[in-house]
Formats: sequence, structure tokens, C-alpha cells
Amino acid sequence: MTDIYITSERLDPAACIEAVMHPASGGIDVFIGTVRDFTQGKRVLRLEFEAYEPMALSEMKKIAGEALSRWPLHKIIIHHRTGLLKIGEVAVVIAVSAAHRAAAFEACRYAIDTLKQTVPIWKKEVFENEEVWVAAHP
Amino acid sequence: MTVNVLAFGIVKEIFSGSSVRISLPEGARAAELKAALEQAYPRLQQLASCLLAVNSEYAAPDKQIYERDEIALIPPVSGG
Repeated sequence: MTDIYITSERLDPAACIEAVMHPASGGIDVFIGTVRDFTQGKRVLRLEFEAYEPMALSEMKKIAGEALSRWPLHKIIIHHRTGLLKIGEVAVVIAVSAAHRAAAFEACRYAIDTLKQTVPIWKKEVFENEEVWVAAHP
Repeated sequence: MTVNVLAFGIVKEIFSGSSVRISLPEGARAAELKAALEQAYPRLQQLASCLLAVNSEYAAPDKQIYERDEIALIPPVSGG
């Protein structure tokens, strides 16, 4: 089972954990990405996330499919938020369930690491005096 | 032919809009489109990377472009 979702509404990590639970699962691994207050010593006021939604969903599906083919998982969920996020709010939730923990840990790490490399979603950090699209420039 | 190129993130600022239209010879490939965009918008060359997506898939440089394609310019992604 895969559940891929992009929304401008608040994400619900507890609901994601609930949704990947499976009687045959011995472990659930969850990554929750949240908005941090400081970047390189500068106070962050908020983040703005923008997605190229059809392609982002398609890339997220590829990640889930690849994870399911590489590890014996029961379920995988990838939810990403867009729009304006305040400090401490949840930007991404990845949850996986598997019979044993090694597969769950590895698949969850693979999913977030690959999402950060391939999924067309962009984050703008808004500081007191400037706004920066993260990673845009070398 | 004239193609429409969607912009996201910093590319929207470089284009001063959410898309641009650009003329290309018939049968042009992704690499030619990218070169034409970089010539029209030199600030694109300062980005850490910039990839073309055609119909929601990352496009290889030799991918042929058609007028009806949905084309997007993908600056460095930073989700998560």
C-alpha cells in the first residue's frame, strides 16, 4: 500500500503512523521534517514551499515504488506540505512499516534522501531582511 | 514552433512570471531549448543546476520537443 499526497493543509504524523500499521508489521519507521528557527545563524521567520504538483506526485510515487521493490515493506506513506509554514510546523511525513526494523529504517532513509534530490518541490527561507530559495545557487 | 515553459521557485523570479513562451525550430531537442532559455535569461546560468522536465519527466538532452508538450524548468529542488 502506498499513500502519496501533497497538501496546503496541516499534516498529521499520528494519522500517518496509524495508517501504516499492519498486523504483520514488527516495526514502523517515521521521518517528520519540521521548520527550524535558525539557518546559519540567521533567524528564520517562516518557510514557503512550492511544488510542481503533477510531477512531484509522480516522482514521489516512483520513490514509494522503488522502496517497495527494494525492501519487504507492508505500507509506505509520503505526505508533503506546501504554502506558508511557521517554525515547528511539519513539512513532510514519511512512514513505513515492515516485519523487521532494518528494512523500515533503510527504506525510510532512502525515501527522504531521494525526495530531497528528485522531487520538484522548492523551499524559500524568509529571514528578517531577505528571502532565499534554498540550494538555488552554488 | 512556440513552446510554453513553466517556471517554479527562483526561475519565476528570473522569468518575472510563472511561464514564458519561446520560439524554437521544429524538431528541436531539450538541449537546444535549454540553450535558448539560457541565452534569453543569462541568470539561469548562475543556478547550481537547472533541468528540463517534459510532460512531468526529467528530460535527457536529446529528448525531442513538441509544441503540445508540457515543459517546465526545474531549478535545484529543496523539498523535505
